[in-house]
Amino acid sequence: MSEITIHEFLSPPVETARRSGPHDRIVMSSRVRLARNLRGMAFPLWAKKLERIKALEIIRPAVETLPQLTGAFSQTMDSLGALDKQILVERHLISREHAAKTAGSGLVLNKEESLCVMINEEDHLRMQALRPGLQLRQAWMAIDQVDSELERKLDYAFSPELGYLTACPTNLGTGIRVSAMLHLPGLVLAEQINQIISSVNKLGLAVRGLYGEGTEALGNVFQVSNQMTLGEVETDIVERLNKVLLQIIEHEENARAMLLEKKPKIVFNQIGRAYGILANAHSITSKETMNLLSLMRLGVDLSEFPGAERALIDELFVITQPAHLQKQFTEKLVAEERDLLRADMLRDRLRHVSRPNPKPSGGASANLDKRN
Amino acid sequence: MFCKQNPAKVHLTQIVGDKMQKVDLCEECAKQKGVNDPAGFSLADLLLGLGASQEISSGEDVKCPNCGFTQADFKKAGRLGCSQCYTTFAEGLEGLLKSMHKGVKHVGKVPVALRHSRDLNDRLKHLQKKLDRAVTSEDFEQAASLRDEIKTTKDQINQLAVK
Repeated sequence: MSEITIHEFLSPPVETARRSGPHDRIVMSSRVRLARNLRGMAFPLWAKKLERIKALEIIRPAVETLPQLTGAFSQTMDSLGALDKQILVERHLISREHAAKTAGSGLVLNKEESLCVMINEEDHLRMQALRPGLQLRQAWMAIDQVDSELERKLDYAFSPELGYLTACPTNLGTGIRVSAMLHLPGLVLAEQINQIISSVNKLGLAVRGLYGEGTEALGNVFQVSNQMTLGEVETDIVERLNKVLLQIIEHEENARAMLLEKKPKIVFNQIGRAYGILANAHSITSKETMNLLSLMRLGVDLSEFPGAERALIDELFVITQPAHLQKQFTEKLVAEERDLLRADMLRDRLRHVSRPNPKPSGGASANLDKRN
Repeated sequence: MFCKQNPAKVHLTQIVGDKMQKVDLCEECAKQKGVNDPAGFSLADLLLGLGASQEISSGEDVKCPNCGFTQADFKKAGRLGCSQCYTTFAEGLEGLLKSMHKGVKHVGKVPVALRHSRDLNDRLKHLQKKLDRAVTSEDFEQAASLRDEIKTTKDQINQLAVK
């Protein structure tokens, strides 16, 4: 089962970019993660190496034999190379923290890449369900089921008063983190994003950058998640976040419509310049690429690129990232070399995309009304 | 103030529901904690590193009997050592949990096995009360049948414990 490498196991980005779900014009993906620990055993960050290995040896077979994880990729973190780990981070399948783990930590990932269990990250178990678009309820039901089956095989650390006991008190109780990745170029261009972030914060929800905790919002992509895990039922947490996300979607759509009506030149200018650079540059960093691809994605949403699909942009989002780019070449590349190769790739992939064809306000907003 | 070295220049307030949380930071700490980046910052994370360690440091030199974790370790890591630490450091954690969460009592999912044993224990208590009443009112017939029921329930609880 584990003979194949993670690179061979993962679906190619050209396929993953085609996975679609409700509201995926704005909501790129939904995720529900549960944190669980084994009773009496030291949490991974405090445990000695041998204790971690012992926990891994208890947990891994229990996870591997779940019906939902038949044919899954299962590996210890020390057997994965640095580049492969980075690829998993760029695919949002594991956290950056987990990528830094070695002996005593593990990963079990199903074929559809919709269930991913990190063993001995910060907690003994961090299991997550992933779905394209806005599908928080579905993700919760999927991970709830995995958890219910695992609890029959593993002795969870649970207190009737405090719920599931976690390494960090911020996850205590339900151990749940419900989150969605949102593409919000309209709110950024309309300069409303800070207002949105602060009102979302006031609701006790966190807004973070592309790679989670402490990262910047590259490519106008934001992660919204619950912060409080104790004193509230899981389904209420899911529903509350769902409601807020629907509101953010509405604000984003309104911001786009408003920009097109009041400041069309600003929007067309940004999208046109983004296309110009991406399709013609000979050297480009991954950060600039992300920010410009975001604008092109907006252009596709506004029907400025007839014939170009959102899936192409979403694929480019993934394959232009450092580890994915490096993986295509045998020799080790330095950042400057990657910038050249990234630009080559972008020029090649965008050569059939004709330059943006902005429509005046009426046409564009008529188009806006048609979506979803 | 967090690092207790430089004067505090960044003052943060976050209101969640009806709770207000305040943190004072020097410029260095603010930068380190990503406070300047509105997307990457949340007060709960911050509180973990600072407010948390301050609150928990009320009683000194407490050590978890299960894993040897101390309060100084919590101050450093912002994470606990094992599940038993929640009992060991219960007192210091209470305030922290209150500031961080919606409540301090778990109301979500409960493992089935526990839910089952909780139900059985509730049933046992209920039967015992009924038995006391039956004995007081000298209804010995009912008392006898209640005793049987209590025995069955106790057996069920013991069976669960063996599992």
